[in-house]
Amino acid sequence: MGLFDPSGRPGSQLIWIGLSVVLIFIILMLESDFYDVFSMVIYGAIIVLLIVTIFIAPDIKGSRSWLRLGPLGNIQPAEFTKFATALALAKLMSGYGFKLTTFKNFSISVGLILLPMVCIILQRETGSALVYLAFFLVLYREGMSGYFIMAGVCAVLFFVINMKYADVPIGPNNLGDILVLGGTQLISLFLVEYTTKDREALKWLGGMTAGVYLIAWLANFSLEVNFLYISLILIGITSVVLVYLSLRTRLWPYILIAFFAIGSVAFMYSVDYVFDEILEPHQQIRIKVSLGLEDDPSGAGYNVNQSKIAIGSGGLTGKGFLNGTQTKLKYVPEQDTDFIFCTVGEEQGFIGASMVLILFCVFILRLIILAERQKNSFGRVYGYGVASVFIFHLAINVGMVTGLTPVIGIPLPFFSYGGSALWGFTILLFIFLRLDASRKEK
Amino acid sequence: MAKNSKYKLENRRYVIGISVVLLVVIFIIRLFCLQVIDSDYKAWADSNAFYKKTLYPSRGMLYDREGRLLVYNQPAYDVMVIMREVKTLDTLDFCNTLGITREQFVKRMSDIRNRRLNPGYSSYVPQLFMNHLSAQDYGLLQEKLYKYPGFYIQNRTIREYEYPNGAHVLGSIGEVNKRDIENDSYYIQGDYSGRSGIERSYEQVLRGEKGVEILLRDAHGRIKGKYENGAHDVEPVSGKSLTLAIDMELQAYGEELMKNKLGGIVMIEPETGEVLCMVSAPTFDPKILVGRQRGKNHAELEKNPYKPLFDRPLMACYPPGSTFKPTQGLIFLQEGAITTQTQYTCHHGYPYGGGRPACHGHYSPLALQYAIATSCNAFFCWGLRDMLDVKRRYPTVQDAFEIWKDHMVSMGYGYQLGIDLPGEKRGYIPNSKVYDKIYRGRWNSSTIRSIAIGQGEILSTPLQICNLAATIANRGYFITPHVVKNIQDNPLDSLYTERRYTSIDPVHYDVIVDGMRDAVLAGTCRGATLQGIQVCGKTGTAENPHGKDHSIFMGFAPYDKPKVAISVFVENAGFGATYAVPIAKLMLEKYLKGSISDGNKYTEEYIRNAVILPNYVQ
Repeated sequence: MGLFDPSGRPGSQLIWIGLSVVLIFIILMLESDFYDVFSMVIYGAIIVLLIVTIFIAPDIKGSRSWLRLGPLGNIQPAEFTKFATALALAKLMSGYGFKLTTFKNFSISVGLILLPMVCIILQRETGSALVYLAFFLVLYREGMSGYFIMAGVCAVLFFVINMKYADVPIGPNNLGDILVLGGTQLISLFLVEYTTKDREALKWLGGMTAGVYLIAWLANFSLEVNFLYISLILIGITSVVLVYLSLRTRLWPYILIAFFAIGSVAFMYSVDYVFDEILEPHQQIRIKVSLGLEDDPSGAGYNVNQSKIAIGSGGLTGKGFLNGTQTKLKYVPEQDTDFIFCTVGEEQGFIGASMVLILFCVFILRLIILAERQKNSFGRVYGYGVASVFIFHLAINVGMVTGLTPVIGIPLPFFSYGGSALWGFTILLFIFLRLDASRKEK
Repeated sequence: MAKNSKYKLENRRYVIGISVVLLVVIFIIRLFCLQVIDSDYKAWADSNAFYKKTLYPSRGMLYDREGRLLVYNQPAYDVMVIMREVKTLDTLDFCNTLGITREQFVKRMSDIRNRRLNPGYSSYVPQLFMNHLSAQDYGLLQEKLYKYPGFYIQNRTIREYEYPNGAHVLGSIGEVNKRDIENDSYYIQGDYSGRSGIERSYEQVLRGEKGVEILLRDAHGRIKGKYENGAHDVEPVSGKSLTLAIDMELQAYGEELMKNKLGGIVMIEPETGEVLCMVSAPTFDPKILVGRQRGKNHAELEKNPYKPLFDRPLMACYPPGSTFKPTQGLIFLQEGAITTQTQYTCHHGYPYGGGRPACHGHYSPLALQYAIATSCNAFFCWGLRDMLDVKRRYPTVQDAFEIWKDHMVSMGYGYQLGIDLPGEKRGYIPNSKVYDKIYRGRWNSSTIRSIAIGQGEILSTPLQICNLAATIANRGYFITPHVVKNIQDNPLDSLYTERRYTSIDPVHYDVIVDGMRDAVLAGTCRGATLQGIQVCGKTGTAENPHGKDHSIFMGFAPYDKPKVAISVFVENAGFGATYAVPIAKLMLEKYLKGSISDGNKYTEEYIRNAVILPNYVQ
């Protein structure tokens, strides 16, 4: 089969690319005001389409996200929701006197993000749904407190540490719990310093923490110390002290830090529950494999293992275009869609793969620069939406292919096979270019 | 304040930008580790994608000295199955075609699928269903194969034998065991190698060199064509063919004569050391150790009380009996213990031994030549006494005995001769320390006199006796006996071309030769007389504590420029003259004249029909 045979995947992708050019032409021909004016309409229409899809889409490998369009092939509406969500967020945040810090505005913003997520989760496309978390980066740029991001990072970190070290015993406890609780205590103290500059409180609380842990560590030589209880008691005392300080000084941060500390403990205890009860078995295994907890090269880890072999066998300069044995012989599953980066790694080697990553980096940085130079906040918010989506796709896709993150099936923009994704990214990007082109008009 | 807050928010672009750069840097470091630092992935990828298909060379063929093809390769057929392709199968019809039961079919199919029994199982790759299909079954199956999707026939080669003879010399091939694989990286599980005989000793020459075809294999194990159009493939090199020194007709004739008897015949061309025939009785058809029946038949041969697997000419250690006497004469002459004129008395026995060993009727006193011809026991006991006990030549009996032993070793006794066959035994020649231990240092010729007549501790193989005959025929040297005359394109090992002189001066051999000639003319082996051929010979009777004595003959012919040396052993056949001599006569006539003369037809008939088997069977 020839490379350009329209019935094969490369040929078919070429047709999608050709059609995207038409799409680009249309996008660029429309007035930039069109996107501003119709953003909410578009968002609403897409959400309706998403909900309809849940009910009318056929079941393809458990997923109900594909619509059959007869001769045109199948289409995945979820791919078109990203730009709609970005438009809706941009519209909302560019409203007169919009301040994200108010509870109402913040809630609406989060709601705009969560609505498509929920729909897509209902279509059983959890991976695609996670992409919408990227929009929190937009909220961050637009004034959402960094503590939310910090909380998110902490949650991921605590989850990973707790899972990874859950089987390392320390006395009657496990290392995972101790590390998470110790980390919580440390971060709480850091927050006290960072938000309140209350050196007096820091001195007492820090001294107490260091002293108790030191005594516990020394005592551990002669008798079995339960570090879990000690950590819990320390966090308890700290929280009580913080609540007291908050009441005395009438300052919010103390009590918020106390919330953080108690929340972290609650989070830690709910992780197991969430993992065992809420996540599906294949998701649990994917997470375990990427954390190195489960080594199963022929089972769940097969994709990642083969993917690493393919990339690793590329060496410095690669095997040359179309000469990859691992990818051509189909050792890597999904090699033309989600695992496309393997082919780059195997055939173009370290140099080629790095070049692709650097290009992505430059591309995203350029998007940020363009977003920042917009005169109105509609363009800026939309621009950040675009950049965030690309950042998330790059991070998760390349991360999973190189075995750094769990396998979450999302495509690498402009590389992976798939018409819907290509069109989705094209629309997302070129609307922004259209907005940027007319930034001087107002 | 507002301006300040906006300014602070604008700074967040740097946080985001730096995060992106960091992310990409982490990925590039990760790629560097995977692609540049860690080399394991490359090997992993190769073992993934390359399927190295072994191309088996054809094994070297065997010809006899007359150029007759003896052993060659025959296609055999293995039934292979690709599980994935087996869909609609008329099991009953299939089983009938292959001659198996439905239960066998079901068991085999589940064994193939069982990853514990068959670790490399893949439903895409051909799996062995049944090996060594007979040509008949193959024909049947081939016709109906289109009805059994998923089943294929794979050609293999197995050994095929032109003659039902020479099983011990030719040997057989069998599947390599774990130890073979550990010792020689050439082999992999399922390979065949020589297990016995020439097949084993010439394994390296016969097997050739395997070739390899590098094929690309996809994730399901399906072959996707040659790698780089076969640029890295290696063609197999066929094994070299061997021309044997064996004369297969002679071998077959010997086996016929030895039918229903236990023992062996060895014939050597003295000038070259080539083994003309090596009969071990009882024997078996080499065909029965080929193919699927090998295991079962081998087990049956092992259980047979006559030990047909025991290669008697190489492995059986008998006391050589009187065939040992020529060696004694030679040593006494070499050491000056006697001259050809020395005469000893014999009064139906050795006087120093109280008339033991006893002797038969002949005149007395007698000299060496006549002593050989009549096989006088007393003469050699006397000789041994003058050799060991005369203090003016050697200070102690131990010193004398060591010299005696060294002469014996130089004549090929006590150690393996080094024939190119596996399993050769060394026989046994004691040294003085053995007797020091037995007799606590106090011993002399009388104590050990039985060795002078080839009894006592002495043990030798029929091959060693034949080699002695060849040495005497050559008057003083031998060439290491060997069964392979010629290796295609390769010179023979110098071990099999160089003369090995004994420590006895060649001049001393003449009297021994004359004595052996007299033995045939007028002595113990008159039965070996052949019209027109001057046969020289010596009989022997090996004492057997377990039953009747073994009958032995050794000799060569003709007297001048000998063409053939022979030794014959017949277990439990009594005196040498009764069976070993006539067998030797027939063998010599067959080899030297090509056929049996009318005068000897009666003997031939008589020998052929004789049954000499110990009756511990049934």
